[in-house]
Amino acid sequence: MSFLQYLISGISLGSVYALIALGYTMVYGIAKMLNFAHGDVIMVGAFTTYTVCSTMGLPPLLGVLAAVVLCTLLGMLIEKVAYKPLRKASSPLAVLITAIGVSYLLQNVALLIFGGNAKSFTSVLSVGSLKLFDGQLLITGETIVTILVCLVIIVVLMLFINKTKAGQAMLAVSEDKGAAQLMGINVNATIALTFAIGSALAAVAGVLLCSAYPTLTPYTGSMPGIKAFVAAVFGGIGSIPGAFIGGILLGIIEIFGKAYISSQMADTIVFAVLIIVLLFKPTGLLGKNIQEKV
Amino acid sequence: MKKKTMSKNFRSKLITFGIVIAAYLIMQILIGTGNVSSLLKGLLVPLCIYAILAVSLNLTVGILGELSLGHAGFMCVGAFTSAFFSCCVKESGMPPALRFFLAILIGALSAGVFGILIGIPVLRLKGDYLAIVTLAFGEIIKNLVNILYVGRDENGFHVSFTNSLSLNLSDQGQVIINGAQGITGTPSDSNFTVGVLLLLVTLFIVLNLIHSRDGRAIMSIRDNTIAAESVGINVTKYKILAFAVSAALAGVAGVLYAHNLSVLSATSKNFGYNMSIMILVFVVLGGIGSTRGALVASVLLTLLPELLRGLNDYRMLIYAVVLILMMLFNWAPRCIEWREKIMHRIKGRGKETKEADV
Amino acid sequence: MALLEVKDLGISFGGLRAVDDFNLEVEKGCLYGLIGPNGAGKTTVFNLLTGVYKPGEGIIRLDGKDITGHKTIEINQAGIARTFQNIRLFKELSVIDNVKVGLHNHNGYSTLTGILRLPKYYRVERQMEEEAMKLLQVFGLDGEAQTLASNLPYGKQRKLEIARALATKPKLLLLDEPAAGMNPNETQELMDTIRFVRKSFDMTILLIEHDMKLVSGICEKLTVLNFGRVLSQGETGEVLSDPEVIKAYLGE
Repeated sequence: MSFLQYLISGISLGSVYALIALGYTMVYGIAKMLNFAHGDVIMVGAFTTYTVCSTMGLPPLLGVLAAVVLCTLLGMLIEKVAYKPLRKASSPLAVLITAIGVSYLLQNVALLIFGGNAKSFTSVLSVGSLKLFDGQLLITGETIVTILVCLVIIVVLMLFINKTKAGQAMLAVSEDKGAAQLMGINVNATIALTFAIGSALAAVAGVLLCSAYPTLTPYTGSMPGIKAFVAAVFGGIGSIPGAFIGGILLGIIEIFGKAYISSQMADTIVFAVLIIVLLFKPTGLLGKNIQEKV
Repeated sequence: MKKKTMSKNFRSKLITFGIVIAAYLIMQILIGTGNVSSLLKGLLVPLCIYAILAVSLNLTVGILGELSLGHAGFMCVGAFTSAFFSCCVKESGMPPALRFFLAILIGALSAGVFGILIGIPVLRLKGDYLAIVTLAFGEIIKNLVNILYVGRDENGFHVSFTNSLSLNLSDQGQVIINGAQGITGTPSDSNFTVGVLLLLVTLFIVLNLIHSRDGRAIMSIRDNTIAAESVGINVTKYKILAFAVSAALAGVAGVLYAHNLSVLSATSKNFGYNMSIMILVFVVLGGIGSTRGALVASVLLTLLPELLRGLNDYRMLIYAVVLILMMLFNWAPRCIEWREKIMHRIKGRGKETKEADV
Repeated sequence: MALLEVKDLGISFGGLRAVDDFNLEVEKGCLYGLIGPNGAGKTTVFNLLTGVYKPGEGIIRLDGKDITGHKTIEINQAGIARTFQNIRLFKELSVIDNVKVGLHNHNGYSTLTGILRLPKYYRVERQMEEEAMKLLQVFGLDGEAQTLASNLPYGKQRKLEIARALATKPKLLLLDEPAAGMNPNETQELMDTIRFVRKSFDMTILLIEHDMKLVSGICEKLTVLNFGRVLSQGETGEVLSDPEVIKAYLGE
C-alpha cells in the first residue's frame, strides 16, 4: 500500500515539475533559450499569493488570480527588456547569462521585500483528504487538486496549440522564425505570448508547490526550477508531451528514491537517471534528432 | 611577417602576466603600508581561486565551445582529495612546502581524471543537453561527498556512505571525511602569494596550450567539427584533452580553496551549480574565448559586491542589475551598433583635428 | 590499378535510394568530374567517400586499400581530402591557422612540449609556418595570412578551403562545387589554380560541378549522375554529347 502512496505523491510532485517544465520547454522551443529565471517566477507567484491571502486576508481564489496576472506581466516584461534585445546576439550564451542576471534580480528583490526568513505558506486549497482502503491510503486534497489542475492545463494547452491560430503561430515560429514572418505571423507578439503563458503556468506551479511544501523563501523556486529544466531535457526539450512525461517521471523517481533508497540521495538519483537516459537517447525521450547537413 | 605573428602572441601573453604581477605588487605594497581592510585581505585568496576557475572554464566554453555547468564539481574533487591527503600526512613530519606541492598535484590529477571519466560519455552530447548533464554531474559529485565518510585507524582506511559509526574505527581511529561536516583541520597552506603563483601557472598552461598545435585543433573543432574531422583532427581526443585540462585546473582552484579554510564541507554555495554558473558569468562577461577577459571579469565581479558592501541589502540587487546591463551593453546587436557609431564619430573627429594640425 | 576504385556503392535514407549501384575508377593523376542535376546524389557520393555517411553496400578502395566504412579522420589519413559545397572554414581562426590545422597530422609534437615550449615546439612551429606560407602563396593568400578566415571575400574562402585540404597531403582531392557563387573571372582564375595544383602537387582530383564551361574546360573524364544512378561515364567529349545526358540536363 505504501508503494501506491509513494506513487501518488510522486505523480503529484511530478505534476508540479511538469507545469514548470512546460514553461521551460515552450520558451526553449520558440526562443531557443534557457530561461534560467523561470524558477524564480514560481517564487514570485507563490509570494504574490502569500501576500494576498495571508497578509491581506483576501480569499484564496483572488490570491491565485493575482499571482497568475502578475507573473504573466512579469514574464512579458522580462522578455521585452532583457531577452528581446539579445535575440540576435552573436553568442547564445549572452541571453543565458542575462537570464541568470534576471534570476539574481528577482531573488534579491524578494529578499528586500520579504526578508530571508522562511515564511510558512498556508495552503490555498480547502479540499478534504481522500481516504481509501479503510484509511490505509491517504490522498491529501493538495495532491488531488495538483494532479487534476496539471491534467486540465495540459489538455487545454494542447488544444490551444493545435486548434487555435495563435497556437499554430507558436508552432510555426518555433520551426522557422524567418518563414513564419514571411507568412505574416507577428513573431514578436508570438514570442511574448509564449513567455506570458509559460509564466502563468509557473505562477500556478508556485501556488501548488507551496501548498504541498509550505515553506517559502526567495530561493524557493531555484531547485524546482533546475529540476523542471532537467524534466524538460529528460522528455526532450521543445516537446510539450515530453515535458509532461519528463516531469511526472522525475517526480516519481524523486519520491521513490527518497522512500526506498535514501532521502539524501534523492537528487543524486534524479540526476543519475537523467544522465543515463541522455547517454542512450541524446535528445531526450521525445526529442527530435536533428542531423547537420553536410 | 612570421616574426610579427610570434611576437604578437608573445606580447599579448606578456601583458596578461604583467597585469597579474602588477596587481600582486600593488596589493603587497598596500598591505605593507597598512592600507588594506581586513575584508579585502580575506578576499585575496578567493580572488585567485575565482580567476583560476574562470581562466580554466574559458578553455571549455570559449576555446572548445562547449557549455559546461559543472565546473564547481571538479573544484570539489580537487578540494576534497587534496585536503584528505594533507590531513593524512600532516602529522608525518613532511615539510609543509612539499606537502602542499603534492596536495596540488593530487588535487589537479584527481580532478583531471574525473574530467576524463565524465568527458568520455558527456562529450557525445551537444549544446544544452551537454550543459544540463555537466550540471547533473557537478551536483552528483557534491551530493556524494556529503554522504562520504572516511576514517583511518591502525588497520588502514575505512569508507562508508551511511554514517561515521559504520566506519567501525578502533579507539585510536580518527574520522577524516565526516559526511556533511566534511574535513576539519586542513593545514592552511594557501596564501595570496601562492594563489598568484598558481594563477600564473594556470595562465601559462592555458595560454601556451591555446597557442599550440593542440590549441588550434581544439578551436577548429569549435569552429566546424565536420571540417575538423575532414582534415584528420581526432575530435574525441581533443575534446577530452580540453575538458581534462580545464577540470584539472579547476581542481587546483579547489586545492587553494580547501587549504584556505579550516573546515571544508560541500554545500550548494561553494560547490553547487550556483558556483558553476557564477564562473560562467565571468567567462561570458569577459568576452567568451578571451583569457584576459575572463581574468579581469572574475576579479571585478568578485570585488563589486564587496565594494558595494556599504549599501548592505541593496548590493546583490545592484550586482544583478549591473550584470544585466553589462550583458545588454556588450552583446545586444543594437548596442554594439550604437557603440560603433560613437567610436567612429570620436575617431573621425580625431582625424580631423590631426589634419588641421598639419 | 586505379587510385580510387568504387564498386556497387549504395545508400538509402529512409525509403529514398540516394545512391544506387555506383561504380567509379579514377586513375592516378586524372582530373575527373562528377556532374548531374540538383539532387542527383553527387554530394552524397562525396560524403560516402569521406566517411561522413557509412555506405549501405559496396566497396571503396584507395590505392588498393579497402577504406569502406572507415571514419572520416581515418579516410583523411589514408589520403582523401575534400572541400565543402557550403564553405566550412574555421571562421574564428586566421587564414594561416586554417592551413596549419590541415598540417596537424604531419608535423607533430606532444601536448606537454607545446605547453612547456620545449625547443621542439619552436622547430616544428617554424616548419609549419613555412609550409603553410608556401601553400598560401600558391593560392595568392599569403598577403592575408593573419586575416580571420571569416573576413575573407567569398572567392578567397573557397581557395583557402582547397589550400587547407592540400595541407593534409592527400593522394586524392575532392572538390565539391569549387566554382559555386563565383563570377566568370573568378571561375577562370579558379580553373587555372586547379590545373596548377594538379601539376605542381601531382594531384588526382575528383570534382563536382554545375558549371559546364569549367567541367568541359578541365576535366578529362566525367561521370553523370541522375536520381542516384550513373547515367553516363567516360571521356568528357563523349559524355557531353551523349543524348541521355543532354536529355537529363535540358529535360524532354
